[in-house]
Amino acid sequence: MSKILIIAEHDGDTLNPGTAKAVSCAQAIGGDIDILVLGEDITEVATQAAAIDGVTTVHATSAAHLAAPLAANWAAEIAAAADGYSHVLAPSSTFGKDVLPRAAALLGVNMVSDIAAVDGERSFKRPVYAGNAIAEVSVPDGDTVVATARTASWPAAKEGGSATVNERPAASEDAGHTRYVGLESGGGDRPDLQTARIVLSGGRAFGSAENFEQLYTVADKLKAGVGASRAAVDAGYVPNDMQVGQTGKIIAPELYMAFGISGAIQHITGIKDAGTIVAVNKDADAPIFEIADIGLVADLFTVLPELEQQLG
Amino acid sequence: MKILVGIKRVVDYNVRVRVRSDGSGVETDGVKMSINPFDEIALEEALRIKEAGNAEEVIVASIGSNACEQQLRTGLAMGADRAIRVDHDGPLQPLSVAKAFLGLVEREEPGLVILGKQAIDDDNNQTGQMLAALWGRPQATFASKIVLDGGSATVTREVDAGLETITVDLPAVVTTDLRLNEPRFVKLPDIMKAKRKPLDVVPLADLGGEAGHDLAYGNFAPPPKRERGIMVEDTAALVAELKNRGLL
Ligand SMILES: Cc1cc2nc3c(=O)[nH]c(=O)nc-3n(C[C@H](O)[C@H](O)[C@H](O)COP(=O)(O)OP(=O)(O)OC[C@H]3O[C@@H](n4cnc5c(N)ncnc54)[C@H](O)[C@@H]3O)c2cc1C
Repeated sequence: MSKILIIAEHDGDTLNPGTAKAVSCAQAIGGDIDILVLGEDITEVATQAAAIDGVTTVHATSAAHLAAPLAANWAAEIAAAADGYSHVLAPSSTFGKDVLPRAAALLGVNMVSDIAAVDGERSFKRPVYAGNAIAEVSVPDGDTVVATARTASWPAAKEGGSATVNERPAASEDAGHTRYVGLESGGGDRPDLQTARIVLSGGRAFGSAENFEQLYTVADKLKAGVGASRAAVDAGYVPNDMQVGQTGKIIAPELYMAFGISGAIQHITGIKDAGTIVAVNKDADAPIFEIADIGLVADLFTVLPELEQQLG
Repeated sequence: MKILVGIKRVVDYNVRVRVRSDGSGVETDGVKMSINPFDEIALEEALRIKEAGNAEEVIVASIGSNACEQQLRTGLAMGADRAIRVDHDGPLQPLSVAKAFLGLVEREEPGLVILGKQAIDDDNNQTGQMLAALWGRPQATFASKIVLDGGSATVTREVDAGLETITVDLPAVVTTDLRLNEPRFVKLPDIMKAKRKPLDVVPLADLGGEAGHDLAYGNFAPPPKRERGIMVEDTAALVAELKNRGLL
């Protein structure tokens, strides 16, 4: 039977929902599921992890050199903790993508990125070529399965569990060559892009950061998260953490509304799993209409104030 | 200091990729091939570091058959001083690529290795991290800014929560994100000049060969298709349709 270790993603206080998504992926694989929480003073996070349904044991390792999620330190700890496990999973967030390949190399194995579906204990489906193809991939017998779970493909596992919390001493030391300086958060207190039920996104068409305010106003009425195309981020209208797409966030809200976004393949990759896609674009030939469930050919600067009004 | 830059030959990002009807992979026959966009950014950054006086030599390396010399020549035309082609036919998985780059690192002893954060074909996003692990050196992935300061580099990283900054001692591995820089265009005289720059070929076996532990790739399928839906006339109709579907 599989023994699966999931690496918790958190900010020191709160468990990231990606962790519970990785747990769903682990449930699809089947077997015993444990969570590893690394950090410093992480009792609270460990408690949150223990509340995820389907988890047996939460191993909590608190050490000064693990305070920030520096891959150089965390990967060594993960590789040590992986002993006895058949699978090591993490969410395919920037965190998982940074830390897990380093751990895989320390374990001497290749790694499966972005599990979108589980075909068997060691067999999976994953997107390649910006989601233009879905590949079947399996891990050779004898190797630890090290993988990230594509967060847009998995629902968060429910709460209601009561796993045992085990305080596990650190097995690694500070690598000494990598120092954490700080984090500058771009987003305000709008709903998180990756968990919001509704997401509104804006593209290059907005023309300025000020004009994005019109999108925020409507988003706030809908309690929606706000995303953007790469062009809007590159132009400096919005911070990088709002980018949706191949190189930004891959999201799956129930409703996605794109305003002034052309629909480049790299953007579409990020929203393929959305429930309903709405596109507002003044060009009737914009490629986004080929995949939109509801399209409106119009000027966004007319539509946004109207939406604001009609949503009351 | 030397800077080693990895370059992968991939299907150009503008190509509409199609899965082969027999499911054996994607169609690459007669398709435009280019330098992986993230690797182009890696090379541009290396060139800027050299131009700022912080490095003496920029080496571009690619693993592949003869064909990838085209991308290496483009790298030389952009301004790299010399190129190395690690001779190997067929695909190579990240652990093997990392092992080969470790071999190059041991030969060249660079102060900095810059790679793209991911190749837009496999979308793995692993090689830089694996190289850093095998080498036992720092990694700074998804970089949108690199500031060198003597023996260390302070790197701003694009992460889900915003911009994270870390400082790494050199030598180190940095992987690039899209906003690090905008790569320069190659000019015709540079293409001519690039023909005279050195391009060495090293067999993969000389760098220790493959790492093994390959994942087995099976069938490739096109993704589930989203169909074109309906068009609405105006904002009121849009709101009505969304309410109708229970979305608002
Ligand atoms: C390796 C790589 C990775 C990439 N990753 C991503 C990624 O993760 N995410 C991403 O988004 N892109 C990504 N891109 C970039 C992508 O190719 C496109 O360039 C980008 O998505 C375009 O953004 P846009 O739709 O806002 O701008 P444009 O393509 O310029 O589209 C603007 C649209 O706005 C419409 N418009 C203009 N004015 C109005 C108006 N007043 N009202 C209504 N509509 C209007 C226009 O008709 C047009 O369709 C990547 C590219 C590469 C090469």
